[in-house]
Amino acid sequence: MTADDYLTELAQWLEIPPFALAAGDKTPRLAGALARLTQHHRRHCPAYARLLDIFGDDATAAAGLADIPFLPVRLFKEYELASVAPDQVFKTMTSSGTSGQAVSRIFLDRATAAGQSKVLARLMAELIGRQRLPMLIVDAPGVLKDRQRFSARGAAILGFSLFGRDLTYALDDDLQPDLPAIEAFLARHAGAPILVFGFTFLIWQHLYLGLRAKGRRLALDNALLLHGGGWKKLQEQAVGNAEFKAGLKAQTGIERVVNYYGMVEQTGSIYLECPAGHLHASLFSDVLIRSPADFSVLPAGQSGLIETLSVLPFSYPGHALLTEDLGVLLGEDDCPCGWRGKYFTVTGRAPSAELRGCSDVRANHE
Amino acid sequence: MSNQEKYQQVFIECFGVAADVLGDNFTYQCVPAWDSVGHMGMIAALEDTFGIMMETDDIVDFSSYTKGMELLGKYGVTF
Repeated sequence: MTADDYLTELAQWLEIPPFALAAGDKTPRLAGALARLTQHHRRHCPAYARLLDIFGDDATAAAGLADIPFLPVRLFKEYELASVAPDQVFKTMTSSGTSGQAVSRIFLDRATAAGQSKVLARLMAELIGRQRLPMLIVDAPGVLKDRQRFSARGAAILGFSLFGRDLTYALDDDLQPDLPAIEAFLARHAGAPILVFGFTFLIWQHLYLGLRAKGRRLALDNALLLHGGGWKKLQEQAVGNAEFKAGLKAQTGIERVVNYYGMVEQTGSIYLECPAGHLHASLFSDVLIRSPADFSVLPAGQSGLIETLSVLPFSYPGHALLTEDLGVLLGEDDCPCGWRGKYFTVTGRAPSAELRGCSDVRANHE
Repeated sequence: MSNQEKYQQVFIECFGVAADVLGDNFTYQCVPAWDSVGHMGMIAALEDTFGIMMETDDIVDFSSYTKGMELLGKYGVTF
């Protein structure tokens, strides 16, 4: 498979509504694409080929999603895994990680980076349409200061800033609500639809609690809030999705709050929360829940490790990853919201997992 | 100022380059300033200059100085 083949196939997929295919149509298509990626990476990433040999992967046997060999996500912290020549790497992404912890290093060629942006754009169009909206970023402008090496937070902000205009930061560099900046932004876009983006923990800890402490309420009734990065820090404060939504509505008027689940190791093919409150796999991705004991695939309703599948990783062997997140599959193709595909919930981190999470970076120092 | 001159001026100001490097070979990431942050700044400057709003797909496809001129045609900016 060449980069051109990859982009040509992706262009065909982008023509299909991303939450419309039922399992009978989606799964064989996805399994085929993932099996081709396995062969591509086996051929072009010697370390990956050795891993497959050790695991005893039989290339001809891969028939379903569960047969695609998966890598533990932490391998990207321990090894530099790339399936393109070094001169083809045009961007290196690193995961969040507090000082002393290893970070993932993800090597992108132009094709993979373009694929990520196109798929993210396709998924975002389901939420906000094709128009770019005035965008309020719940972070401090300093997050993008080091342009040579972004944090995962910075990389996500940049990726999502494609969908915004008049990008405005809602926090100052002390992570306090920047009320003059926010109010000027709201005055410029009174009555217009607005996109608010940020990390779950920062939104709660620094925007919501900051506003509440100041006794200020924002008029963001026309906004859609998209947030991700994990719930770990908020779970410690007993704040779940329902409390989060209720708090934000009270302090900012925002009614449309959409959580997403994603990771730097599979940028682009994120999982979006539907109006029924469930995370959904799109055409470009899927999840399997595996038993932490023997890695067998668990049925709906049982908690296990989340494996994420994505058609995007071409320049590095990250198309099937066993995360350190725990989750529960809720169903497939029958969510009341009408979106097809698997839907699930993330329940926490595996107990042995090292401390990590995009928006935990600051919290861990507090 | 002609559209060509305005377009060129945005690149000169956003990326700190001389006019004579701007051509077919001036592509995304060819200079350190044209990284993903610089890209969004350049798009915002073009939108201000020409009074347009570009679609996400066109921002993704905006891969070079020359490609950008072609894409701006969709918004009625001709060279």
